[in-house]
Amino acid sequence: MRMLINVPETVVADGLRGLAAAHPDLVVDVDNRVVVRRDAPVAGKVGLVSGGGSGHEPLHAGFVGPGMLSAACPGEVFTSPVPDQMVRAAAAVDSGAGVLFVVKNYTGDVLNFDMAAELAEDEGVQVARVLVDDDVAVSDSTFTAGRRGTGATLFVEKIAGALADEGAPLERVEAMARRVNESARSFGVALSSVTTPAKGTPTFDLPSGELELGIGIHGEPGRERRPMMTSGEIADIAVHAVLEDLRPVGPVLVLVNGMGATPLLELYGFNAEVQRVLSERGVTVARTLVGNYVTSLDMAGCSVTLCQVDEEMVRLWDAPVQTPALRWGR
Amino acid sequence: MLDTDFFRRWMAATAAAVDREADRLTELDAAIGDADHGSNMRRGFAAVNDVLGKEAPRTPGTVLTLAGRHLISTVGGASGPLYGTLLRRTGKALGDATEVTPDQLADALGAGVAAVTQLGGAQAGDKTMLDALLPAVEVLGTSFEAARDAALAGALGTVPLRARKGRASYLGERSIGHQDPGAASSALLVGALAEAAGPTEGGGE
Repeated sequence: MRMLINVPETVVADGLRGLAAAHPDLVVDVDNRVVVRRDAPVAGKVGLVSGGGSGHEPLHAGFVGPGMLSAACPGEVFTSPVPDQMVRAAAAVDSGAGVLFVVKNYTGDVLNFDMAAELAEDEGVQVARVLVDDDVAVSDSTFTAGRRGTGATLFVEKIAGALADEGAPLERVEAMARRVNESARSFGVALSSVTTPAKGTPTFDLPSGELELGIGIHGEPGRERRPMMTSGEIADIAVHAVLEDLRPVGPVLVLVNGMGATPLLELYGFNAEVQRVLSERGVTVARTLVGNYVTSLDMAGCSVTLCQVDEEMVRLWDAPVQTPALRWGR
Repeated sequence: MLDTDFFRRWMAATAAAVDREADRLTELDAAIGDADHGSNMRRGFAAVNDVLGKEAPRTPGTVLTLAGRHLISTVGGASGPLYGTLLRRTGKALGDATEVTPDQLADALGAGVAAVTQLGGAQAGDKTMLDALLPAVEVLGTSFEAARDAALAGALGTVPLRARKGRASYLGERSIGHQDPGAASSALLVGALAEAAGPTEGGGE
C-alpha cells in the first residue's frame, strides 16, 4: 500500500487539520467534523449545508465559502456523516433564514440527513432538503436505491449557493437547487479500482486493459466492463448516455471530472472529445469546468456531467465564489 | 425474567462479536458495498460499551435507547440510523419495566424491526438486515438459540438474492452470490442474546 497517511484511523482528522492550516477563512472543527465559513451565520442569508463520506475531496469541504456552501460535514471515508454533525452545522450557519441540506442520493446520506433535519427543527431551525440524483448509469430505480448523486452536486451547490448569497428566501433557494438537479445528468468511467485506507487493497479487481462503465464514486462496480478504449470512444459512450436521458433543448454546463488519479492532461484531452461529441449532436456549451472535483480516492477515470441552463442559472454560475477548490470573480 | 444486567451483557456480547468479526463484515461489504461495514460497526459498538459503562442505565429500555442513540451518533452510513433505530425503538417498546419476559422482548424487538422496515423502506427478500431479523423475531419467543439459528439461516439465505436496497442494489445481478453484510451483523446481534443468557440458562428463562 502506497499512501501518504499515518494510520487509517486518523486519515479524516489529519486531512481536516491540514485543511484548517491552509484555509484560515474556514472554521474547521476537527473533533466534531464540521467545516464552516468563518463569517457564518451571515445575516438574512439561507445557510447551505452539505456533506457525505470523505474520500471525495474537494467535495464537500472544499466548496465551503462565500458564493457556495455555508458548511460541510465530512463523514468517515465513504461513510455518510452522522446527524450530530449536520445539526451542529445547521446551528452554526442559521441566521434565522433557514438552512438547505444538499444530500446525495445514497441510503446512508439520506437517512442521516433526514434524522438531522428532524433534530434541527426541534431546535428551531427551519430546514429544507434537496436530493441530488443525477447518475444515468442507474436506470431501474424500482429495483435499486435510486439514481446516485455524483457530479451534479457541484452544480447544485454553486448555483444555489450564489442565489442564497443574493439573499433569496429558503423556498427559492430550494426550488433552484431542485431545478439544477432535475436539469443535470452524469455518467462515470473507471480505469482502475479504488483503495480505501481501511482495507488497504483495491476494492474491486479491474485488470489493466479493461475499464468499467457507469461507476459511482465509492468504488462500486458499474454497469458493464469492456476492453480499454480511446478517450474519444469513451467520450462517445459517456456523452451519449447522458444526452439520451437529458435531451437538452438549450445550452449546457459541462463538468469533466477526474476521479482522483487521472492527470489533468488526460482530462483536458478527454474534454476535447466531450466537446466534439456535443458539437456533433448540436448541443451548445455555455460553460465548461475541468478538474478533480468529485473524486473517489485514488481511482483513475472520469465522469461527465451536463446541466441544461437558462440565463439565470448561467448568471448564478458566473457569480463570484471563494472556496478552497472553486474560486473566481472576486 | 430478563433484568437490566442481561441487556448490558447483550450489548457487551454484541460489541465483542462485532469486534471479533469486523474483518469478515468488511470483506462481505467489499464484495457488494464499499468495504467499511466492519469498521463502522466496531466503532459504534465500542462507543455503546463506553457509554453503558459511564452512565449505568437502570432499566432494560434505557440500556437499549442509550445504545441506539450512540449508534446513530457514531456509526454513520446507512447502518447508523438503521441499527440505532432498531435498538432505540426496541428500548422504547420495553417501557419503564425493570425486568421483562422473553416474550416481551420478542414483541419489543418486533416493534424495533418494524421501525427499521419503515425507515429503510425494505422488505423481506431485498437482501438487507431484515432478512436476518424478521425470521429471528418470529421464533424469539421460543428460545434465544432458535432466534440465533433463524438469523444465521436468514443471513446465509441472502447469498442467492439480488439486492434491491442500499449500495449493493447498484450491482444488480452482480450482487447475487454474496452474503449481505447487514444481515451478517444482524445475526451477530441476535446471536449475542443467547450468549448474554449464558450457557446454563438455555432458552433465556
